[in-house]
Amino acid sequence: MDNITNRQITDIFRLIALRLSEARVELGALDGAIGDADHGNSMAEGFAAVVRATSAMIDASPSELFMVAARSFHSEVGATTGPLYASAMMAAGRDLDGKTVLTASDIVSLLPSFARGIAERGKAQAGDKTMMDAWGPAARAAAEALKAGLPAQHCMARAERAAREGCDSTRAMVASVGRAARLGARSLGHVDPGAASAVIIIAALQEWLAGRDGTGAGDRV
Amino acid sequence: MQRFLNDPDDLVDETVAGFVKAHRDLVHLSPENARVVVSNFAPEAGRVGIVTGGGSGHEPAFIGYTGRNLVDAVAVGEIFSSPTAKSFADAIKAANGGAGVAVLYGNYAGDNMNVKMAARMVAKDGIEVATVVANDDVCSAPATEREKRRGVAGEIFMWKIGGAKAATGAPLAEVQAAAQKAIDACRSVGVGLGPCTLPAVGHPNFQIAAGQMEVGIGHHGEPGTRVEALRTARDVADDMVRLVMEDHALPAGTELAVLVSGLGATPVNELYVLYDRIESQLAGLGMTVHRAFVGNYFTSLEMVGATLTVMALDDELKALLDMDCASPAL
Repeated sequence: MDNITNRQITDIFRLIALRLSEARVELGALDGAIGDADHGNSMAEGFAAVVRATSAMIDASPSELFMVAARSFHSEVGATTGPLYASAMMAAGRDLDGKTVLTASDIVSLLPSFARGIAERGKAQAGDKTMMDAWGPAARAAAEALKAGLPAQHCMARAERAAREGCDSTRAMVASVGRAARLGARSLGHVDPGAASAVIIIAALQEWLAGRDGTGAGDRV
Repeated sequence: MQRFLNDPDDLVDETVAGFVKAHRDLVHLSPENARVVVSNFAPEAGRVGIVTGGGSGHEPAFIGYTGRNLVDAVAVGEIFSSPTAKSFADAIKAANGGAGVAVLYGNYAGDNMNVKMAARMVAKDGIEVATVVANDDVCSAPATEREKRRGVAGEIFMWKIGGAKAATGAPLAEVQAAAQKAIDACRSVGVGLGPCTLPAVGHPNFQIAAGQMEVGIGHHGEPGTRVEALRTARDVADDMVRLVMEDHALPAGTELAVLVSGLGATPVNELYVLYDRIESQLAGLGMTVHRAFVGNYFTSLEMVGATLTVMALDDELKALLDMDCASPAL
């Protein structure tokens, strides 16, 4: 398997920004039901800032690249989303410390790193109706699939499925932490926008891996 | 509801732009960060800096309390959304006069995270940061879980006391202690009569039915503890006084600062109707009102409703409350 260059990591961030941007009306509608309708926009702008900050980092180590990504994200995005994704990227940066090149399985391993960073910062538990209800199951599915020796793309496909199921399950939850907690029982019946955007990010990672393996999707990047 | 609006995406920037123009004698925009409003009296060498920040839509909070002997710099967030960690960090830098900076903010998930990150960011510049987290809203969690309570209009008293203490030349630890004492002495309650609408959403994200009121409602429409039929202003005032004073257990003869704020769409005359009864009820409990503030001090877009905040005073808090200050809102 070919190594993944820094330029390709930036391409991944660019694809995530694109897919979030395409979904911003839909995410805004979810968020408008229980949040401030700005979630899709701010997520897309956050990843666009990451692309700007990392696109010239040709020779940096992968760890450095993720640390810069984290800083640029939390300079652009406030609310809880900013610090949570910044923490996700910092956790990835720490986990990648010492690595000089990345492979596809390292991309899969981003999921457990991201989930740990988000959990450490946000302290949300499963069932709290937050992005953790997508990131938690996705990270576990990714880690199990890697351990079972599955190819990276299959690992990511399983993670994406787990994230989607987790996201759907938030519909039946009452928010107890985060911004939607302001609405308490009023949040019942709505999918959590943070979980929905987590699915979009994981799906973009899967799309990029699939495209890289010649199934087409990533060629557009 | 009809609004004065251009593009909802520009609302916060245009608010801040108008604000710094209107109050150029007191405040200016940070040259480094368009989401940081700085007092014209800051930084002052050797004096502790005071910083706050929060989502927009609560005007005159938070920016309106920037000024002399009050808040030195404010981080401005999107509507009802915490500012970025970078904006908090830039506000801290703008307020820093070399004696450390006290960040006095409300207990919300985003603000907690972003202030923590900002404190770490400025530590590299050698700026010492102390924080105080406001948690005066009695209906947002039981007294036994005070650390879970949200911060509401009691934040204004926390800023006033913290800013005045800093103006005395006190070191950071004493400024922090005074602000903590102020918020510990505060209790607040909100009553909502009508919801608010985020301009970018266009419809209210919760409803209060005609003829109903929501007791204990939060500053962003967080659910209250009771929804019931709207009663007379007298009965509502009695209910508000009972909720804050039962949580407070103050001895008779305590001197108070009282703040009644509209939530955005309630006429100011109705706030005075409430205050008339509130002060009588407090007097009935043996309390003395040292100072009262009635008006739109901390709003929630165009929510219909009001909040009551009561701060119990001792000699130190009284002197600091009475110290002269100048800001657009106070």
